[in-house]
Amino acid sequence: MKALEFSRKPARYAAAMIAGALRPGAGASVGPLRLRDLDEPEAPADGWVTLRPRLAGICGSDLSTIDGHSSRYFEPIVSFPFVPGHEVVGDLDDGTRAVLVPVLHCEVRGITPPCPGCASGDVNRCERIAFGHLEPGLQSGFCESTGGGWSEVMVAHPAQLVPVPDELSDEAAVMVEPTACAVHAADAAVRALDALPDRDGPVVVIGAGTLGLLTIAAISDVLPDGTPIMTGGKYAHQKRLATELGATTVVSPDELNGAVRLATRSTKLAKDHSGSSRTGGQLTGGAPIVVDCVGSEASLAQALEVVAPGGTILVVGMPATVSLDLTGLWHREVALRGVYAYRREDFRAALQLVASKDLGRLVSATYPLSRYEDAIVHAADAGRRGAVKIAFDLRKTSERKP
Amino acid sequence: MPRPGLVLDVDSSTPPIVFHHGEDFVLEKLPAGRSRVIYPPEPHEGLEDTDAAIRHALEHPLGDSQPLSTLLFSGMKLTICFDDISLPLPPMRKPDVRQRIIEAVLDTAAAAGVDDVEIIAALALHRRMTEDELRHAVGDRVYDAFAPSGRLYNHDAEDPDGMLEIGTTDKGELVEINKRAATSDLIVYVNINLVSMDGGWKSTATGLSGYRSLRHHHNVHTMQHSKSFMDRHASELHHSNWRMGKVLRDGGVKVFQVETTLNNDTFGTSALDTASPLSMLQKREWEWTAKDRATFMAVQAGLKRMPARAKRAAFQSWKAPYAVTSVQAGEVEAVHERTLEQNFAQHLVPVEGQTDVLTMGLPYICPYNVNSVMNPILVMCLGLGYFFNMYRGKPPVREGGVLIMRHPTPWEFHPVHHPSYIDFFEQVLSQTTDPVEVEKYEQAFAEDEWYRHLYRTSYAYHGVHPFYMWYWGSHALQHLGKVVIVGGDPKAVRRLGFAPASTMADALEIASDVVGPAPTITHVHNPPLLMADVT
Repeated sequence: MKALEFSRKPARYAAAMIAGALRPGAGASVGPLRLRDLDEPEAPADGWVTLRPRLAGICGSDLSTIDGHSSRYFEPIVSFPFVPGHEVVGDLDDGTRAVLVPVLHCEVRGITPPCPGCASGDVNRCERIAFGHLEPGLQSGFCESTGGGWSEVMVAHPAQLVPVPDELSDEAAVMVEPTACAVHAADAAVRALDALPDRDGPVVVIGAGTLGLLTIAAISDVLPDGTPIMTGGKYAHQKRLATELGATTVVSPDELNGAVRLATRSTKLAKDHSGSSRTGGQLTGGAPIVVDCVGSEASLAQALEVVAPGGTILVVGMPATVSLDLTGLWHREVALRGVYAYRREDFRAALQLVASKDLGRLVSATYPLSRYEDAIVHAADAGRRGAVKIAFDLRKTSERKP
Repeated sequence: MPRPGLVLDVDSSTPPIVFHHGEDFVLEKLPAGRSRVIYPPEPHEGLEDTDAAIRHALEHPLGDSQPLSTLLFSGMKLTICFDDISLPLPPMRKPDVRQRIIEAVLDTAAAAGVDDVEIIAALALHRRMTEDELRHAVGDRVYDAFAPSGRLYNHDAEDPDGMLEIGTTDKGELVEINKRAATSDLIVYVNINLVSMDGGWKSTATGLSGYRSLRHHHNVHTMQHSKSFMDRHASELHHSNWRMGKVLRDGGVKVFQVETTLNNDTFGTSALDTASPLSMLQKREWEWTAKDRATFMAVQAGLKRMPARAKRAAFQSWKAPYAVTSVQAGEVEAVHERTLEQNFAQHLVPVEGQTDVLTMGLPYICPYNVNSVMNPILVMCLGLGYFFNMYRGKPPVREGGVLIMRHPTPWEFHPVHHPSYIDFFEQVLSQTTDPVEVEKYEQAFAEDEWYRHLYRTSYAYHGVHPFYMWYWGSHALQHLGKVVIVGGDPKAVRRLGFAPASTMADALEIASDVVGPAPTITHVHNPPLLMADVT
């Protein structure tokens, strides 16, 4: 079968790191990712099934890996070589179309009794992601044993599969996994808001890429009508989509501090007495909840500037090693909380949200595996090129949409 | 004897016309046979002895007023207020006429034994003036005598203890002005009436007031009913200020108004004036000499090579060689009528009928970017506010016509001077450019603590100020069918709700969608300033 394989090749990884720093996505050409003819993966245990991917999305975490930016934290929880791709809609042998729930938790790994996280249903908090009868891997797409979505065939545990209703297109279905992340983030935002003595104020979403837009859609779906949702979009299509999906204030990223300041009747601590909103600046007040869907040093720093004292920053975008001044976090008693992946039930809500908000429209372009370098560069440069989600199309040619 | 203004019908022999284009100049060839150019009157002669004229005016007041010397007495509280950095434009060469008047008033006050004197820059919700700017306006002698002891300062409309409510007009408009001024035995207001919008009761009722008063006339309804706001008798803006003036007068606030007019010698008319390298701009193009043309070409070539920042600094440092053409003092309304006669004499040009298109070149400066950046909102305000309203009778462009302006319109803001403009541009204009809709956002900006803080302690225009800029253009927006900006940043131009064009020919092509092919065109020549008297 044809598959994109990511192998452990330190020299290539270093080359990808350099190339990726120069041009996002360039790590695909020089790094350890290669298109290969591989044997189909074998079922690691009884009950596993074959999943033939139809569409497989390219996620920010994939891009990080390809361009060599991933944290070394992942080293013990991935296994090489692996086939990337965890945003997958595919066909089962019985003809069912299914979406993959990629987290490789205790049940999938055949571990009994399950860890406390899995026992409580929080499979995203599984403590055994490097153990059991699978090689280490936090998700399919990062594990040698399972294969991944960027291939013609992979294997999956039945607990990892969610059937797709007939009326949902493949493009919509491939958005279900990232939407489940957004649903989980929205749930975390609601819980954080509920925990606050004063719920007034906007929810700020930093980032208007795929994850940011989906998070806006999910948050606007669960928060009471009238709750302001503010975001910063760099590009015109991001601003338009953010508005359509429920953001009430959409400005440029460098205007976000000013917008939050004005909305929250805050003032600013400016060293130079400048009133500039463009240059950011620490607000005295701010938003009770800030959802960072980027996870970069700059986005986290901005989150710390615009969050209210006693507020919460939810880190939804995957961060890496960053350097941050946490004095404000300490001084203003701000909570910084990670939000990773989802619980299984988040997929049910995600399926509904994808359908109700037509999130399949966020798939901007698809590529065959043979054009993986173009696909990766497009995904890494999606915003500037007016795109949101880029995916690999593994359907037979006759099935593809024109 | 200065020649009056004229209207030139453009034919095939008409040379290209100079347009301001921000910190550049452009020559444009207007279509022959259907274009006309309004040229201003030449600069009027200045007073022979300005200081003597000032002393004469103070002692020979107009209207129901006593000479200044008889109004001053020992033990009294005297407050001298003066127009701020927004006048004149560009700033005038030293000595500024405000300095001359203030020195004369102080001499008179000293002779009368007045020792409780304070001097206030009447800036309403404009930014505070810096020390250098204050020194330029009042002179070093006055500054050094008064500023260090806190007796020369900027008006602060947000000082909770610094404002006094005087009353309410018969239309329900609240009148509140600077408390020190209101509680003085006499306010001497020192004005520069560069254009006919300035002066009269607007000096005190606006210059010394704050948001609570200003909102009664700085709003869309008032500005849409001020046709134009350069014609005080047809201006609801001025009617409101005059009603407020009556409340001030009836409330016991005593004002001795000193108004001055300047000629329109912006760039120098004398060939011998070596400090005026742009003096050819004061001439009509067909009268340019070979030397004028060579100088113009050299200036253009030099400007092309200059970095934007250096160019801005060079233009902002220009001090105009205006001559003072009149000084009158005394009772506000009588003084102002005499002032307007002088303004109109210098600026008015008789014009017959309206055309389909109005063109104008916008300069590098407007009342709100002295020593600053002309941001897109100010471009709108200068073009659709000030320049469009430079008419009496009716606009020189027909209703539903097109306005074509030249200006680079950079997406650039001065972070210290215009913080609320940045947010207004991003958060309000991105939603709507309709002045009525824009007005709904006003209160949040006007009452924002951060903007208030910056207005009071930094050098920022008040939070509400960008709204006023937008309202200033609301009559034009209502009147026009389309606005095109030539040579502007397309993104910024679109944010303003206007159409960008790269050349005048493209702009006329865009205009043809609204006014049809081969439209008639009026070009308002600038520099210097003029006012069309359209019948």
